[in-house]
Amino acid sequence: MQAPPNPGLFLAADNLACRRGDRLLFRKLSFRLEAGAACHVTGANGAGKTTLLRALAGLRTPYAGTVERKGALDLVDERTGLDPDLPLGKALAFWAKIDLDSPMMFEAYCERLGLNNLLEVPVRYLSTGQKKRAALARMMIWGADIWLLDEPLSGLDTASQALVSELVREHCSYYGIALIASHQPLDVPGMTSFAIEDYAPTETEEEA
Amino acid sequence: MILALLRRDLAQFFPFTGSGAALPTVFFVAVAMLFPFAVGPDVNLLAKTGGGVVWIAALLAAILPLEKLVARDIALGFFDQLKLRGATEEAMMAVRLLAHWLSFGPPLLLATFPAAALLKIEGESFSILLLGLLAGTPGLAAIGLMIAALTASLRAGAALSGLLLIPLALPILIFGAGALARQDPVSLGFVGAISLGLVAIAPFAAGAAIRAAREN
Repeated sequence: MQAPPNPGLFLAADNLACRRGDRLLFRKLSFRLEAGAACHVTGANGAGKTTLLRALAGLRTPYAGTVERKGALDLVDERTGLDPDLPLGKALAFWAKIDLDSPMMFEAYCERLGLNNLLEVPVRYLSTGQKKRAALARMMIWGADIWLLDEPLSGLDTASQALVSELVREHCSYYGIALIASHQPLDVPGMTSFAIEDYAPTETEEEA
Repeated sequence: MILALLRRDLAQFFPFTGSGAALPTVFFVAVAMLFPFAVGPDVNLLAKTGGGVVWIAALLAAILPLEKLVARDIALGFFDQLKLRGATEEAMMAVRLLAHWLSFGPPLLLATFPAAALLKIEGESFSILLLGLLAGTPGLAAIGLMIAALTASLRAGAALSGLLLIPLALPILIFGAGALARQDPVSLGFVGAISLGLVAIAPFAAGAAIRAAREN
């Protein structure tokens, strides 16, 4: 968030298609998000939201099409990347050491996400919602330009859900880009949205 | 980033700080202690076979922590996060290889002193054994890392690990244990060469393996 506004940022998919195993999940998916844009991806379980996010993050090779981006990209999904055996504070500090220069901000982010009382607790003892908040803290610490959020609201209480919307609003007002895959609505003004099912292959295509 | 990663990996695998990571060394000494009881206290027999037993024990100690070596961090999304920050899989695996060797190689070399005493390996045989292990353990670590990465995304990974290990570990064992049997330090050069070769390819093989594991 402290990054200076960088209006050249973008995240674009062109004619993207992804498969999982033998099944084509979606095809002909194209979009372009400019700096400050937020986008909500909806879709039933198994429709390919997670696959789309991983393809956009470069963690998976698309079956067809290309992904282009300018700016650092961070992904928050159900894998936190935090060592389960370490206390939360130390697990986060590992990423902070890589991503962050000032320890002051580290504390500020932990406080904002309500993690200050949990810093001594080993990550494996955290609840689902607490783990999710920890992953969000890790994302805030890095402060990458492009956020990919996979089900950021699942397991969170109402107050934390509102906080996620607030974080996304702030991120976009600082010219960040956010792409959110979620079943729940987010309160972000100006957010575009698309359903991944609109890009599902028709039956004839599936046979081909 | 490399330094932070190495420190983290070491904390994970190092004896007494990591979770149960002293096991390989304990296991190694246990084999050396039990062997004389199993074959009887014949000094000549022990001296003759002891070297081979130490090598086998070293090999098994190298693959004991395999399950934790790669699969755990894939499930954790740890490698994904590093990748997003621009690290290559090869660099991650090279760091992991170093951490893996540091976590069992030097402790194993220290444990060779009591083990050799128990098995009546003395004099020149002992120095050949120690030098051989010094040259061979990096290769064993490289084999372990490659197997761990290759089998990380498979359900029957553990069973397959044992099967993959046999052909990969044979050359090091033949020259390493063979040097002892023939009292021939020259073979140690071969052990070192094989070891270096394995260390050189391991980060690339393991890196490609974890990249492939992502596509599932």
